[in-house]
Amino acid sequence: MTQPLALPEDDHDGLFADSEEMELSFGPQHPATHGVLRLKLKINGERIVESYPVIGYLHRGTEKLFELHPFFQNIPHTDRMDYVAAATNNQAYVGAVEKLLGLVVPPRARCIRIILAELQRISSHLLWLATHAIDIGAMTPFFYTFREREILLDLFEDYCGARLTLNCMRPGGLPYDLPVGWTGRCAALMADLPGKLDEYEELLTNNRIWKKRTVGIGVLPPEVAIDYGVTGPMLRGSGVRWDLRKALPYDGYDEVEFEVPIGRNGDTYDRYIVRMIEMRQSVRIINQCLEKLPEGPIMAKRPRVMKAGKDAEIYHGIEGPKGEIGFYIVGDGTPNPYRCHVRPPSFINLQSLPELCKGALIADLVALIGTTDIVLGEVDR
Amino acid sequence: MNVDVVVTVAKIAVVLGLLLQVAPIMVWVERRGSAMMQDRPGPNRLGPFGLFQALADAVKFLFKEDVTPAAADKPLYLMAPALALLPAFTTSVVIPWGPNFTWDGKEYAFTVSNADTGVLLFLALASLGVYSLVMAGYASNNKFSLLGSIRASAQLISYELAMTVAVLAVIIPVGSFHLTDVVAYQRTNTWNCLLQPFGFLVFCIAAFAETNRLPFDLPEAESELVAGFHTEYSAMRFAAFFQAEYTSMAALSALGCTLFLGGWSLPWLNYEGMGWLGVALGLGTLLAKVGVCMFVFVWVRWTFPRFRYDQLMRLGWKFLLPVALLNLIAVSAMTLAGWL
Repeated sequence: MTQPLALPEDDHDGLFADSEEMELSFGPQHPATHGVLRLKLKINGERIVESYPVIGYLHRGTEKLFELHPFFQNIPHTDRMDYVAAATNNQAYVGAVEKLLGLVVPPRARCIRIILAELQRISSHLLWLATHAIDIGAMTPFFYTFREREILLDLFEDYCGARLTLNCMRPGGLPYDLPVGWTGRCAALMADLPGKLDEYEELLTNNRIWKKRTVGIGVLPPEVAIDYGVTGPMLRGSGVRWDLRKALPYDGYDEVEFEVPIGRNGDTYDRYIVRMIEMRQSVRIINQCLEKLPEGPIMAKRPRVMKAGKDAEIYHGIEGPKGEIGFYIVGDGTPNPYRCHVRPPSFINLQSLPELCKGALIADLVALIGTTDIVLGEVDR
Repeated sequence: MNVDVVVTVAKIAVVLGLLLQVAPIMVWVERRGSAMMQDRPGPNRLGPFGLFQALADAVKFLFKEDVTPAAADKPLYLMAPALALLPAFTTSVVIPWGPNFTWDGKEYAFTVSNADTGVLLFLALASLGVYSLVMAGYASNNKFSLLGSIRASAQLISYELAMTVAVLAVIIPVGSFHLTDVVAYQRTNTWNCLLQPFGFLVFCIAAFAETNRLPFDLPEAESELVAGFHTEYSAMRFAAFFQAEYTSMAALSALGCTLFLGGWSLPWLNYEGMGWLGVALGLGTLLAKVGVCMFVFVWVRWTFPRFRYDQLMRLGWKFLLPVALLNLIAVSAMTLAGWL
């Protein structure tokens, strides 16, 4: 574990005067920090001696906001945490509320939820791939992935009118049924996507330079990953087969067939491969759901005013694109949550960054920020 | 007036005129080329095919505020962009742009300077380029710029070595530093890229590193060092670095074409008997070859990821330099044996 406070604020005390080391403030306004992450680095030449992530530049007090609104009005707040994976945030939150209130979601709604969540996973991974590749210097995959992400976002727009902050789930089910022709368009995209994934992989997977930049870089041993509480593709890249969709199935994930890819070496390349395979598995899941999409209602019977019982508390976590996104909600008998705490995957995965970039070079650092796949809106909330 | 002076001034005007066009044209090629590779239209609003985009860019650069950071080392900071342009524009003086021509009964070579040092002059001037990068990074008083210039100095110096050795291997069988002789040699034998494929390979890789182009664009490495050595520069001073990069790409391409791809000549074609038409055709041939090389620069940039600093140095010292040296030894031996 790093000692975060070992790094001085600046060099006014002359701590670096006699050493070869230099302090470098990497961010918050830096093209490769994916938003407003700031890293205080102690560097020796280009080698990173110590690093300390400074966060909070995007803090908006979301958890406090949850307390001020009734359960169903809080869904838009979840959109704005991990704003590139709004559907899974929605899913985690409404799942927690459903557990708290004892609502049973009808099968059609559950199936559509899986489709939306998996589309969201693909779109989040596409964005990750684009930025990760650009960080390592390959510009072109960015435009290819955004081309496909555009069609994906069109699907979201057709469904709920929004492209990014979807607000597309409600406690007990869904706000809307699928529009006419939506399943056809979705199926067409799913038929298209594996070929497009091949196209990205052609540019990167066997590229010598890409491999040089990722293989053996930022190795995260499984024990360390578990110690840090790392989840999602980061954890699976380290070879731990832990996926909440399999481990604690929710919303009917036990009724679809898919595989959970894991890495062997726990390096940046393995995490890249894991995410690429995950996208293909998501396509597989969506195809199954589109095939068996049941008829029926999309909303459970629910009380007009949703109130949690006194002292009712619940934790519900799901497998988001970046890892376990969970909500811990405490009720106090009013329509508002008494307290709502978020377990954000980005925040917790980010904690492993100082571990990853010990002894790395500055060029590796950007690859490592890319591979942790953080969204600062979720880190800071 | 002395005819020699007039001819020299005319040659300077032609070459400088060509080199000044490189940056605007390449801006367009780069932007449209990358757009083509990335499945998007690219700038297409200004003029036919967006050709005037470069003009708009230039106007924008001229009207932007030219900021000098308060903490910068002023003289060095202001001098660096000018120094970047210097080698970019002067190196091409030794390139033969076409066959010899006669004027007033006297024969002239189509090079600005037919100095005996020839290609050595090119290499000497080109190695000045690193000073501007180091000065820019140092004078900006910015840590990212400093890191960029440290990278630049290490990278340019190590790749210059490999490149020089590769160039020397071409010179040995020719027996002259004059690039006109190199072209003449390739016309009697065959193109040097076929005779010395390894030397050509080393030269190509080193050329990418020398011009700071991806996959070796470490001194600027956008995602790592913001913009590297020119992070603090704005307006026309920034554009000067831009222009220097494109112009030295063109100069190096011209050198590469002259050394390895037959220069202004084409196999089985004799431009020399055609008078002024031959000169024009020779110039056109070389420009076409340079154009192809420049497109390869663009193509590679938008295809590959970036090397890491230590990997780049390892490639330079542990792969390129040994290959270049072995190539030099082999070429020397073959020349002694009379095979080349």
